[in-house]
Amino acid sequence: MRILIHYWRAFWAVVNRELLRFLKQTGRFVSALVRPLVWLFIFAAGFRSVLGIAIIPPYETYITYPVYIAPGLIGMIQLFNGMQSSLSMVYDREMGSMRMLLVSPLPRWYLLWSKLMAGVFVSLVQVYVFLAIAWFYEVQAPWQGYLWLFPALLLSGLMLGALGLLLSSFIKQLENFAGVMNFVIFPMFFMSSALYPLWKIKESSPLLYQLARYNPFTQAVELIRFALYQQFNETACYFTLAAFVIFLGVAILGYNPSKGMMARKGGA
Amino acid sequence: MSIPALSVENLSFAYGKKPVLQNLDFAIPEQGCTILLGPNGAGKSTLFALITRLYDSRQGRIAIAGFDVKKQQRKALASLGVVFQQTTLDMNLSVEQNLSYYAALHGLGGQRARLRIRQELERLELFERRKERVAKLNGGHRRRVEIARALLTEPRLLLLDEPTVGLDVHSRNALVSYLHELVKQRPLAIFWATHLIDEIDDQDRLLVLHQGQLKFQGTVPEVLEATRQDSIGDAFFQLT
Repeated sequence: MRILIHYWRAFWAVVNRELLRFLKQTGRFVSALVRPLVWLFIFAAGFRSVLGIAIIPPYETYITYPVYIAPGLIGMIQLFNGMQSSLSMVYDREMGSMRMLLVSPLPRWYLLWSKLMAGVFVSLVQVYVFLAIAWFYEVQAPWQGYLWLFPALLLSGLMLGALGLLLSSFIKQLENFAGVMNFVIFPMFFMSSALYPLWKIKESSPLLYQLARYNPFTQAVELIRFALYQQFNETACYFTLAAFVIFLGVAILGYNPSKGMMARKGGA
Repeated sequence: MSIPALSVENLSFAYGKKPVLQNLDFAIPEQGCTILLGPNGAGKSTLFALITRLYDSRQGRIAIAGFDVKKQQRKALASLGVVFQQTTLDMNLSVEQNLSYYAALHGLGGQRARLRIRQELERLELFERRKERVAKLNGGHRRRVEIARALLTEPRLLLLDEPTVGLDVHSRNALVSYLHELVKQRPLAIFWATHLIDEIDDQDRLLVLHQGQLKFQGTVPEVLEATRQDSIGDAFFQLT
């Protein structure tokens, strides 16, 4: 029983710390919201008249472009949040505060899991605030959809957070992080169904279509899109779950002092 | 027979093919201050990373309070308090929030955690400043917060990796005196890495590390006798 209490205390401490840090860094909160809102208010407004969206599941009628890209922008919030967590882990490791976490008397996988969950909770706050603002821009889903959305966001947040964790286990210096933006975030986001439906991509490039189809970010966005309309996208769910398990597994390996990055950094 | 606070047996470590530590063998008694003396690059921080399991060695054994750090990691790390060379406090959080976070990671919570935080902060004359953000504290006070934090769980072994680096003379002297008093007051072993000879007290034990090898271990009089020198400084230069 005592050990369970210890695990719970540690988990809550990591989550609480992350939320406190997030609330104290108002700039981070604002920029996390401004990014998707700029896309919604400016990019989507510009493309509204250019791009017509046919009736595709889960939608039962014609929708406006801002309505279409809202799930993609939710995914974008979680993607950037995952990368932000990853960035802060690289920073923490360089600055040392990550060390205090790693030398605490709990299994490393559990500490990383707690850190991951903390990032997901932060992203949930960001997403629901974004949706509240988007509501006034006529991006509205049935109210039950916002409840359906919760488990979908947990899974997509975990998957994208685990990707961030994985990257942080391989990035040795903060300076290398710019590469992540160019080689991970942008390709993942643009090569997905976040901004345009897959059938439109298929029309212009079958190869790009295949890449987008198997992009975990596409699957996370589709999971979110369907959940907002109270529908369960089985394929997207399993795909996202599988990606999460793989990313987390490799990340834990990466943080293992005898097998991962630490070992490569210095093994006897 | 008492169990050493730390025992290291036949420990070697390399960064790739470059050896950093070679066949280290030593034990730290359960009470008192042991100084790990070595020039920059001697392998002190690497040794600390191995003790705290940030790195993993393939050769040798490390035990904290009798618990093997690989096989009994939880018990070993629970017996340990650490102050790293670089500050590991969260600058955005208050002193109290930093300590509560650490206490929770070590399973301390509620009334017990609050009591321990109060005791350690009062001992270091920081209790009145517990609500302040760490970013507002000067270097000396941050170090004191880190020491208070490391002592929260009443560890058997306190590891200090060059804790006075970056401090002004006044803060440094105060910290050195405090730490030497601390080991007289409670059942605690301090393992203190430094390259500053004036931080050594006559009562301390010494381990001299140079290029990854242990050049000497013993008390201050023993090192003076073995090297036939009059001062620790001269003995250190002879050994390294």
